[in-house]
Amino acid sequence: MIRVQGLYKRFGPQPVLRGLDLEVATGEIMVIIGRSGGGKSVLLRHLIGLLRPDAGAVLVDGTDITRLRGVALAQIRRRYGVVFQGGALFDSMSVADNVAFPLREKERLPAAEVRTRVDEKLAQVGLQGMENKNPAEISGGMRKRVAIARALVTEPEVVFFDEPTTGLDPILVNTIHHLIVQLHDTFRFSAVVVSHEIPEIFGIADRVAMLHDGVIVECGTPKAIQASENPIVRQFIQGDVEGLGADGVLAGGPR
Amino acid sequence: MSVPEGAAPLPAVLRPVAGLGRATLDVVQSLGRFGRFFAHAVAIVLVPPFKLGRVIDRIHFIGSGSLTLVVLTGGFTGMVLGLQIFLVLSRFGAEAFLGPAVALSLIRELGPVLCAVFVTGLAGSALTAEIGIMRISEQIDALTVMALSPTRYLVVPALVAGIVTFPLMTAIFDVVGIFGGYLVCVKLLGLSAGTYFGEMHTFVDFSDVMVGFWKSLAFGILVPWVCTYKGFHCGHGAEGVARATTQAVVLSSVLILVADYVLGSVLP
Repeated sequence: MIRVQGLYKRFGPQPVLRGLDLEVATGEIMVIIGRSGGGKSVLLRHLIGLLRPDAGAVLVDGTDITRLRGVALAQIRRRYGVVFQGGALFDSMSVADNVAFPLREKERLPAAEVRTRVDEKLAQVGLQGMENKNPAEISGGMRKRVAIARALVTEPEVVFFDEPTTGLDPILVNTIHHLIVQLHDTFRFSAVVVSHEIPEIFGIADRVAMLHDGVIVECGTPKAIQASENPIVRQFIQGDVEGLGADGVLAGGPR
Repeated sequence: MSVPEGAAPLPAVLRPVAGLGRATLDVVQSLGRFGRFFAHAVAIVLVPPFKLGRVIDRIHFIGSGSLTLVVLTGGFTGMVLGLQIFLVLSRFGAEAFLGPAVALSLIRELGPVLCAVFVTGLAGSALTAEIGIMRISEQIDALTVMALSPTRYLVVPALVAGIVTFPLMTAIFDVVGIFGGYLVCVKLLGLSAGTYFGEMHTFVDFSDVMVGFWKSLAFGILVPWVCTYKGFHCGHGAEGVARATTQAVVLSSVLILVADYVLGSVLP
């Protein structure tokens, strides 16, 4: 469904992605792991067309979205749902209006149907009765769930989660992970999840890709990743500080 | 622009020239972005879907929010003008021209300029801060990935609201200012009301009103353009938003004065 080929990106003199390749199959949950500041979110922003690479391609069903603009890119994005790291809820709107927004603006459904679908989605993420709250009045975990409800309300084919559990307590982390799996089982969307929640994230992934030093150093099933002999992968999943350079960078990555 | 990898470093004597070149390119690129930002908004302003609700919200945001300030500053500007012009004209025994002098100063010049500067300080800065916060909290990115145009939601309504509200606010500023001048000249300094208002009819032409109108219209485009642009292109974090807000107010104020001079030279 999504194929990333030879993606390069640098910000000023700093290379972030160095010829990255990745493939996400239809219907799978692909989790991208890697150290903070390692370029996971940059990769995600390329997948959703918010950044353009210096070189390389992002193919969605064979169409290179890095070459698309305007209406053509918007048509690809209509198939997407995105859950941003901070939720990115519109703070001038209530919870219900946030979830209803894509339906009202993109699909122009009748008000009654919008209401029904919003209630249904809020119920699925366990937020009944919160419709009239402002995003500022609800907790971080609730904001993430509202963001998930908003991303899923148009029933997209692919959902991107940018660190959906960052800053949440362990119980909420598991709650959000269970929610993602449950919604995935119901709607069968493809999902790309950026996370560094080890080992919890192995419970939801079909495949895991380890991003290090701008490339995917290992990609496989959670079991394969956990059994990996790659020292970078082992060091990351064990949280081992041995082998870190003076700058806190893992040793042994490609240069 | 960075020096290509592997290129030999420039001799020290040429580095200032390279710096000047980089700065010039940065300015030209910024101007290009600034112009393209406006052109994109103008290109979609008449293309449906129209966001009427957003336009009304922005009119309320700019107009209603600034009304008290406009009335207050308009009134005091008229009072100061009345007092100062009276002191000058009374030396020549020309107090009869006080009304037209106050009215012409306000309608042609001070009304549009001061009103625009005050509205920039109040509503323009808030517009930049609001859009800046939307930028850093990824709300603008959220609109983009929903395949919706942030320009249509955030820039076009502000531009249309500016076009609607600035002339209206200027008109209110002018009327309240003339009344402020009346309070000082007639009620305080003893000029007759007939003299104050009567000579206005003689000396203030409809073309003067139109000069003020065109200026206010130009500022009504300029201020939302600058303020939304700065919000859209703010830097990172709270500091980025704060810097963008300051830049928006300063740049708007400078451009208001530049545009005032240009329009003052061109308009009759």
